Amino acid sequence: MSHETLAWPDSYGDKAKPRMGFFTDTTVCIGCKACEVACKEWNQVPMEIEGFSGKSYDNSGDLHANRWRHVKFIEEARPQNVLHVDSEGLATYQEGDGLRWLMASDVCKHCTDAACLDVCPTGALFRTEFGTVVVQEDVCNGCGYCVPACPFGVLSKREDDGRVWKCTLCYDRLKDDKEPACAQACPTNSIQYGQLDDLRERAEHRLARMRAAGQDEARLYLADDDDGVGGAGAFFLLLDEPEVYGLPPDPVDARRDLPKVWTAAAAAAVTLGAGLVAAVFGGRE
Amino acid sequence: MSRSDSYYGQPVIKEPTWTWEIPMYFFTGGLAGASAGLAWLSELRGDDELARRAWASALGGLAISPLFLISDLGKPSRFFNMLRVFKVTSPMSVGSWILSGSGLATGVAAANAWTGMFPRTSRVARPAAAVLGLPLSTYTAALLTNTAVPVWHEARGSLAFFFASGAASSAGAAAVALTPPKYAAAARRLAIGGAVSEAVTNEVMRRGLGMHAEVYKAGPSHVFDNISRACVASGAALIAARGRQSRAAAIAGGALLGAGALAARWSVYKAGFGSAADPKYVVAPQRERIERGESRGATRRDAKVSAPRRDLATPATSDGR
Repeated sequence: MSHETLAWPDSYGDKAKPRMGFFTDTTVCIGCKACEVACKEWNQVPMEIEGFSGKSYDNSGDLHANRWRHVKFIEEARPQNVLHVDSEGLATYQEGDGLRWLMASDVCKHCTDAACLDVCPTGALFRTEFGTVVVQEDVCNGCGYCVPACPFGVLSKREDDGRVWKCTLCYDRLKDDKEPACAQACPTNSIQYGQLDDLRERAEHRLARMRAAGQDEARLYLADDDDGVGGAGAFFLLLDEPEVYGLPPDPVDARRDLPKVWTAAAAAAVTLGAGLVAAVFGGRE
Repeated sequence: MSRSDSYYGQPVIKEPTWTWEIPMYFFTGGLAGASAGLAWLSELRGDDELARRAWASALGGLAISPLFLISDLGKPSRFFNMLRVFKVTSPMSVGSWILSGSGLATGVAAANAWTGMFPRTSRVARPAAAVLGLPLSTYTAALLTNTAVPVWHEARGSLAFFFASGAASSAGAAAVALTPPKYAAAARRLAIGGAVSEAVTNEVMRRGLGMHAEVYKAGPSHVFDNISRACVASGAALIAARGRQSRAAAIAGGALLGAGALAARWSVYKAGFGSAADPKYVVAPQRERIERGESRGATRRDAKVSAPRRDLATPATSDGR
């Protein structure tokens, strides 16, 4: 099942590789955080102790410069249509006492239309031959523009270092034909790595099977090219609305409004010019 | 917002990592840009006393602006990486080039106005500084509105006009304060016109923001907004009433107007933090877009296959484990 849709052939020519990505199937996440640990180990991401948060088993907070995978825990006393766990593992979240317990490993989405990459004034953020979005740490000057530009709040600055850091989809491992550390460490294959075309096909079958088994809340997130970021290299199978997982329901790359933004700036500049002319030449003296 | 509409109330997007230098730069950049325009036009009209002082404010603003911007960088020594590329998708990239060009042109023009140096180069530099000063005053609005921060992004049609007004009033104010009153008629008109325009465009922006306008009614953004309105109104009134007769009134009025324009930038800057911190400002408008049918959102419940293949529907890695 190899489709070989090449990533950005206009930029890479015959060096373009098939677009690679993550399919994070949250229905089988068990919240072990092996992905967080493997990511930190492989990428030598600095330690950051958050302490007890009171947010279920989530003691690490959110994605930022020092956390490139983050496992979320939604633990609510709320009746849940829990599927029968069959031998093939349709669902693994907990049953009992009307508890709903969702777990999901979040990561940089490696958007098709990536706002961070669009706004980066130094070219530090770039699109790799695998279609992923990576920060070059030897170019980034820490201007911070990508931080509020990202519609998912993925990027932030490392305080002691001044530069911005985020998931590279293990660019170094990819160049060596290795699976990213988080996907390799995931014991339930909730994190699946592969060619994006293959992952999308797999996700459709998984979704169809969840729906056929009566899991009406199952949905794919960022799996289509016609959403506000043109689809993502890292997409998800969720069991509730995205906002429940702290994800935006309709993220949009700000660049879509760039023509309006520049038109307004240009019109205001011209108006200012007219105002200056009026002030200088419009007097009665 | 209710618990199930967010992840423990945590923000969806990140607050900017920018620090105090950024709103200061928005002020000094606008002051410098509009001052260069005022200076060149005054020269054309023959108001050399006013022109020289406006060139001085332009040069002052442009001398300090890069220092603010470099100081804000996480890696200040890499400032020149800003000039590695030119990207129209990045208002910060475009702005870096505008600022560099403005700085050079204004430096030459101001030197010529005060010392007579560079007579030939300044014939090009003076109009260049004046023209580049216009986008220098407004691109900063493009920089803010081209982000995912709702209170900024939703002001994408109006913020540039608010910033242009602040640039006009602060350039007018600086020239009023620096110039003997009998030469400062044009500066007074610019200061008062800019102040009126600031009040109007601020109101227009608020009305277009919908729920996001709330952010301006709370916290530091609200405080700066109140300071700004009070300073702008009193500064403009003082210049209008006594600016022609009294140098002291002109200086005080100019200082008030300048402080008002600076506080206005701080208000806008701080609003972005409030807007990013509360997930409701990010999620609610997106959810409404989906409910109104303007967007299908980023989720899909229906699979594109009807009969799932079991081997594909079972979680497995690409190597088939």
